[in-house]
Amino acid sequence: MTTKSANSGSRTTQSGRPARLSLADWMPKLVMAPTVVTTIVCIYGYMIWTAVLSFTNSRMLPTYKFVGTAQYERLFDNDRWLVALSNLGVFGGLFILICLVLGVMLAIFLDQKIRAEGAIRTIYLYPMAISFIVTGTAWKWLLNPTNGIEKMMIELGFEDFRFNWLSDPDMVVYCLVIAAVWQASGFVMALFLAGLRGVDGEMIKAAQLDGAGIFTTYRRIILPSLKPVFFSAMVILSHIAIKSFDLVASLTNGGPGYSSDLPANFMYTHAFNRSQMGLGSASAMVMLGCVLAILIPYLYSELRGERHE
Amino acid sequence: MSNIAKRQTSTLDKVLRIALYVTLLAMALVYLAPFVVMLLTSLKDVEEIRSGTLLSLPASLDFYAWGKAWSGACTGGTCEGIAPYFLNSFQIVIPAVLISTIVGALNGYVISHWKFRGSNLFFAALLLGCFIPFQVILLPMARTLGWLGIANTTTGLVFVHVVYGVAFTTLFFRNFYQAVPAELVKAARLDGAGFFTIFYRIILPISTPIIVVTIIWQFTQIWNDFLFGVAFSGFDTQPVTVALNNLVNTSFGGKEYNVDMAAAIIAALPTLLVYVLAGKYFVRGLTAGAVKG
Repeated sequence: MTTKSANSGSRTTQSGRPARLSLADWMPKLVMAPTVVTTIVCIYGYMIWTAVLSFTNSRMLPTYKFVGTAQYERLFDNDRWLVALSNLGVFGGLFILICLVLGVMLAIFLDQKIRAEGAIRTIYLYPMAISFIVTGTAWKWLLNPTNGIEKMMIELGFEDFRFNWLSDPDMVVYCLVIAAVWQASGFVMALFLAGLRGVDGEMIKAAQLDGAGIFTTYRRIILPSLKPVFFSAMVILSHIAIKSFDLVASLTNGGPGYSSDLPANFMYTHAFNRSQMGLGSASAMVMLGCVLAILIPYLYSELRGERHE
Repeated sequence: MSNIAKRQTSTLDKVLRIALYVTLLAMALVYLAPFVVMLLTSLKDVEEIRSGTLLSLPASLDFYAWGKAWSGACTGGTCEGIAPYFLNSFQIVIPAVLISTIVGALNGYVISHWKFRGSNLFFAALLLGCFIPFQVILLPMARTLGWLGIANTTTGLVFVHVVYGVAFTTLFFRNFYQAVPAELVKAARLDGAGFFTIFYRIILPISTPIIVVTIIWQFTQIWNDFLFGVAFSGFDTQPVTVALNNLVNTSFGGKEYNVDMAAAIIAALPTLLVYVLAGKYFVRGLTAGAVKG
């Protein structure tokens, strides 16, 4: 018994040294214990708790009267939820796509031995330091149909210029895209710039000796080698999109009507403001499902990749 | 012949180069514009805002809106400006950043150099925990804070931020300590140095870069948080993001855009300042957490 536990304590580190059981062997576990407990309780325990709530008819307070999948059925019968979900599709898709395109483009441009690169990079990236609440406030003002960009363009002489997306239920979701792209595209640029700097210089030289032009080199050699960065960026961006809550809260507050709601806002409204805890929990579980669908394949490939090293 | 070709490519190169700079600078202006507009608007009076456009310059430097945003604007029920909430944010951020950084450093040290059975599995579980949508833990956490008697307090928010911040700080430190040679730690253990001695003498002295990165990351994350703030704070303990949102969304009578913009800039100032002063580390931190993650 004693030998066994001492062995497990020394398994990875002290090979061949006489086994010794002391406080030192327990120290690492002791230090990790609080994190282990909070992770099990506050992440996984709460996840299960919310899952349980989603099968009950809890309203303002949790009740444990199980109603099967009734909340999920209600959820997918709920027009507001369907709007939120399709908004997430449009918003998430465009946000990720534009951020990636813009980010890659800016990173490649900045990689051409640009003067004042540091300053320009700082300018592209500073929105990432700011809260979505501030970003939303700023864009709400810029996109304001009577005072913002529309008025500026009219005063510049474009009399017929109209830009009222913020008050148009069909277009308002694109306002979210604009603000979110402004905020996060610089970050994608930074990721790719870091990736570009890590590309093997020999490979590029070899390609250029073979007569490959700069465009070919990027298209055939450099960009394909940035696949991992591409996936990281995808995961981070889709994660930002799925949990976007503050941007909607400050830029549109879900309006007009509920035309710009996202699932995160739906969940908050129903769980906290409308006393629909069961329904809110069900919507949270669907959000979790979306995240896991993206995350598990990613983590799996990451961890498998690590084993190869 | 070849001379002509060379000259042609070099003019082409020059044109491309100019186009490159023009594009980069134009994009820089696009990224800067919202902040410039905020700043300009915050310095105008309401009449100027109504008559001018976004980019028109203020007639005179007028800090009235800044003063009102700081100490006179109404958020929800009271009219004390956002100053008290700004201080709330600091009360939350400082302990939460310190605790989560210290815990993360120790965790990272254990996971990279004192592996025990299941420590890798636990790390994977923690990593997954970084990315869950927080909506999935909001309701149980609200109940827990109630039971602990720290609902609606800044202490409660510190607790929440530490619990969910540790996943990230552990990730950062683990990635950093992974690069520390195992032999270094092994040799120290053979010399009889214990867990904490090795941490203080060997690990901590080389940790400055990752500590800076982690502190910047956590500071930005926690300062910018809105979800936990709005879900778990009381009326008097709101962080500045929540107060700003209330200020902007509750308007009595005429809307004072200049005050809104001044308040927004004030709320953004601490993270902007951190970013400008330590931007290099900020970039490094973002990429370290993402690319290696």
